[in-house]
Amino acid sequence: MNALEISDVWKYYGDFPALREVKLNIAPGSTLALLGRNGAGKTTLLRIIAGLSRPSRGSIKIQGTLQGSIGLLGHGIALYDELTAFENLTLFGRLYDLPDPRKRAEEMLERVGLARVRDGLAREFSRGMRQRLAVGRAFLHDPEVLLLDEPFTALDDRAIAVLQSMIKDMRDRGRTIIMSTHQLREALELASHVALLQRGQIVHMGERTQQMLDDTGWLYRTYGDN
Amino acid sequence: MFLRQVWTIAVKDLHSELRTKEAWNASVAFSVVILLLFSFAFDPSSEQIREFSGGLLWMTYAFAGALVLNRSFAREMQNDCLDALIASPVSSAALFVGKALANFALLFAVEVVSLPVFVLFYNVPWGTGQILPMLLVMVLGTWALTVIGTLFSALTVNLRLRELMLPTLVYPMMIPALISAMTITTNVLAGDPMGFGLRFLVGFDIIFTLLAVVFVDTVLVG
Repeated sequence: MNALEISDVWKYYGDFPALREVKLNIAPGSTLALLGRNGAGKTTLLRIIAGLSRPSRGSIKIQGTLQGSIGLLGHGIALYDELTAFENLTLFGRLYDLPDPRKRAEEMLERVGLARVRDGLAREFSRGMRQRLAVGRAFLHDPEVLLLDEPFTALDDRAIAVLQSMIKDMRDRGRTIIMSTHQLREALELASHVALLQRGQIVHMGERTQQMLDDTGWLYRTYGDN
Repeated sequence: MFLRQVWTIAVKDLHSELRTKEAWNASVAFSVVILLLFSFAFDPSSEQIREFSGGLLWMTYAFAGALVLNRSFAREMQNDCLDALIASPVSSAALFVGKALANFALLFAVEVVSLPVFVLFYNVPWGTGQILPMLLVMVLGTWALTVIGTLFSALTVNLRLRELMLPTLVYPMMIPALISAMTITTNVLAGDPMGFGLRFLVGFDIIFTLLAVVFVDTVLVG
């Protein structure tokens, strides 16, 4: 049984079709790199999977046991500036109904290297610290399905290292991960599968091969329009 | 689970507001200044003031309420927090009710602070027998303002001119509740029975709360 089944999904913004007849079946435990140029529809597709937007046509089925256990790291950090790092994570722990949100928040702050500044307001943090806190927020409830939209963009080196280590950990524990990215090298190293979106359509979907790793431009040259 | 989520959202909103005091400072200052200015504009000792005192009070509350309600969902746009809330297991209904409760608490506190200013500067006859009826109409009227305002705050949150659009859309919807609250308040201050307005306000609150809970998911996700 698939973790996620996307059937003939269309999404229109006015008359413009941002997604066109998208079909994807994602097996549990796979790590899918969703590739494509700017405006290809990656963010739109991730937003629909996360339930932030409804498809104009088509349907999305998330396996029953995985529903309600989605982790999202989008373009925004999704943190409250006027709350402390600890309060932010405890808040989301409570919303996800974790058994001990305070303990989990402390563990996660330790994991992302922010335990020392747990009582600092998020707005007083540096950009890199805010990004690490956002990573902690997305992984806090140990999600079964993890959606990452351009996760490496604008991260500092330390945040990239933290994020890569956490994604690898999730992947090794059989979680389903979908990440959209422009950073081909990082994505392909982590991915088990690759989907290429072009003008709202999936033009390639399959396992990640060694050839893709050896020549990161190969996928675009073979399946892309230029 | 639902009640726990409602409580978490409400506490989070109040906690955020207590830290920044953005909406609180603006709405308290606005309501006190408006009441003071009108007290200078009119002759507070006149008999007429007692006739439109309820109207004056509730118009002040409605305008002060817009300042509170505008911040409600706008707070979630900062850093895309609304996306994280919608992607979480929190239902749209729990999110709405939590936010509405926080707005209610905040607006009610603003009203409690500005009520003595109103009583003092307008020579309103005030006795202990008026406290409970006045609190009752404040609770019911404030919930009516809050439930409509919170829903429209969600509806207008993505608009560039949301500060303008929210009052433009909300006030026409509030008119029946405002008229009821004004009439009851005038009656209470004159020592008369509250009348049919009270039952109307209760019905208005129930109907609009149910409608808002039903439609909020469509408003938030589309």
